[in-house]
Amino acid sequence: MKGVLLMKRRRDKGGGPVLAPGRAVWLKGLVALTILVLHAPIVVMMVFSFNNSRRNVVWRGFTTKYYEQAFNDPALLEALINSLTIAVISTFLSLIIGALAALMLWRFRFPGKGAFEGAMALPLVVPDICMGVAMMVFFASIGWPSHLPWPLSLSNIIAAHVAFSFPFVAVVVRARLAHFNREWEEAARDLGASEWRILMDILLPFLKPALIAGALLAFTLSLDDFVVTFFTSGPETVTLPVKIYSMVRFSVTPKVNAASTILILLTVVATLIATRLQRPEETARAEMAAQGGGQG
Amino acid sequence: MESWRRHPLVFWAMGLPGIFWLIVFFLVPLGFVWLMSFGEKRGIVDIAITGTLENYLRAFDPVYLGILFKTVRISLIVTLLCIVIGYPVAYVIAFSPPKVRTWLLLAIMLPFWINMLIRTYALIAVFRTRGYVNFTLEWLYGLLRLDALFGPFQPLPMLYNEFAVIFGIVYVFLPFAVLPMYAAIERLDRSLLEAAADLGASRFHTFLTITLPLTRSGIASAVLLVFIPALGSFLIPELLGGPNAYMIGNVIAAQFKKANDWPFGAALSFLLMYATFAILAVRPLLVRRAAKGEGAR
Repeated sequence: MKGVLLMKRRRDKGGGPVLAPGRAVWLKGLVALTILVLHAPIVVMMVFSFNNSRRNVVWRGFTTKYYEQAFNDPALLEALINSLTIAVISTFLSLIIGALAALMLWRFRFPGKGAFEGAMALPLVVPDICMGVAMMVFFASIGWPSHLPWPLSLSNIIAAHVAFSFPFVAVVVRARLAHFNREWEEAARDLGASEWRILMDILLPFLKPALIAGALLAFTLSLDDFVVTFFTSGPETVTLPVKIYSMVRFSVTPKVNAASTILILLTVVATLIATRLQRPEETARAEMAAQGGGQG
Repeated sequence: MESWRRHPLVFWAMGLPGIFWLIVFFLVPLGFVWLMSFGEKRGIVDIAITGTLENYLRAFDPVYLGILFKTVRISLIVTLLCIVIGYPVAYVIAFSPPKVRTWLLLAIMLPFWINMLIRTYALIAVFRTRGYVNFTLEWLYGLLRLDALFGPFQPLPMLYNEFAVIFGIVYVFLPFAVLPMYAAIERLDRSLLEAAADLGASRFHTFLTITLPLTRSGIASAVLLVFIPALGSFLIPELLGGPNAYMIGNVIAAQFKKANDWPFGAALSFLLMYATFAILAVRPLLVRRAAKGEGAR
């Protein structure tokens, strides 16, 4: 109704030149500004990791000494190694558990399937902080040993990371399975292939892009996680984000910028490797965002 | 799809790891917190599960009720800003030539790959008293010779308040809002827009009566993708807000890390989860209504 009135008023004024959508200068300006605002702080942060000034407020010349300091800081190095170890192991476990769960949900009818699917969606929607404190309470209550030798000392963090990563892997793998032609499987079965043979020779090659996307997703989710790790880890096991967090609270020096830049580069390298292995437009996070749009 | 009874061994081999992990390292931990929320603190580490509702009642204490309201208010403002900024951005991207579109999408998506902690930290350098915004303002102040009028430049306090928290959450979650709205606008039938233009509708009118109603489901997805994580924010208010702008996530964290009142923290944690589930439960209604509206046209 309101629209009709608006249209009438417009007509009375003789309408106006109708441009093709998306031509307006202010719209383009807004997009440019948004992209600038999204990227500028990060670019500046990275640039200032090379700043030759401890207070790091104004530019005082180029130096790489804060990277040297970062790499010679045993605590920071330990955090980096912990982060990578956790990310690699939890990616491996999430990939196997997530892909198998996706295959099961795709293939079988079973009682309680809806409940299981609902429960699998939970880690995708439960706030990080709730999951973090749940892990903290759980590991404290069951008395998970806290003084294990490395890398077993990382086991509680790995368990938590797998718990929030594998449902994402399952979502990505299931999305790909939806496009699988069941006739290939039937043909193989008719020709006498075993379950194992079908899995290895038909399903896995078909799923390869989804597995790479899922692995990348699990790896970056683990590497980036701060909140859950912060609550799960004891005082002795520190990951890079947790270490950076405590550095940020303590003092803001170019060393923090250097450590942050290293973490960004690690994610970038992982992404580049993964996109090399698959087609670039199928990046995992796009899939995640699409799924998130569908599910939560 | 076949019944699990036909190949029970294959079924269990595929399903057991996931079922095990989900139960042991997710549902049981949540169950512990749920039980604890009905408990009482007895001494430093002793917690007795007595079935009390005290912890939930405490959440309605004016202090915490105020923080709950503030959390909802901040999340609503953030969601509104993300939609208002994100929609035009999504619109321009969807109507760009394919080559430009890929680059613009990449530019919006790139921050996804960067750790939230680092992105929040990067904002501190922008907003602090001796940060880039204040430097720019100081420079403009000197340029316009305002110091002769109003005295020396006073840096704006932009950190450790609600403004910083709202900016921070919008900054981190804007890409989440752009993507579903972009997908919805991209799916739009362009011939409808041409028809409207042929019939003499202005661009604004076309937008209001065609584009906007037909992309409602994208907006609904964007609202949920921003509002839910905003509600559970912990890191951003912790780093950018400080005690003045604490949200419910910070109060939960404080119960576990500082105040050492786990039962109360557990109750708050479950209230936050119930709120999240309630919003998710509304989602199908929201989207169905949007889809119905789209179908009717």
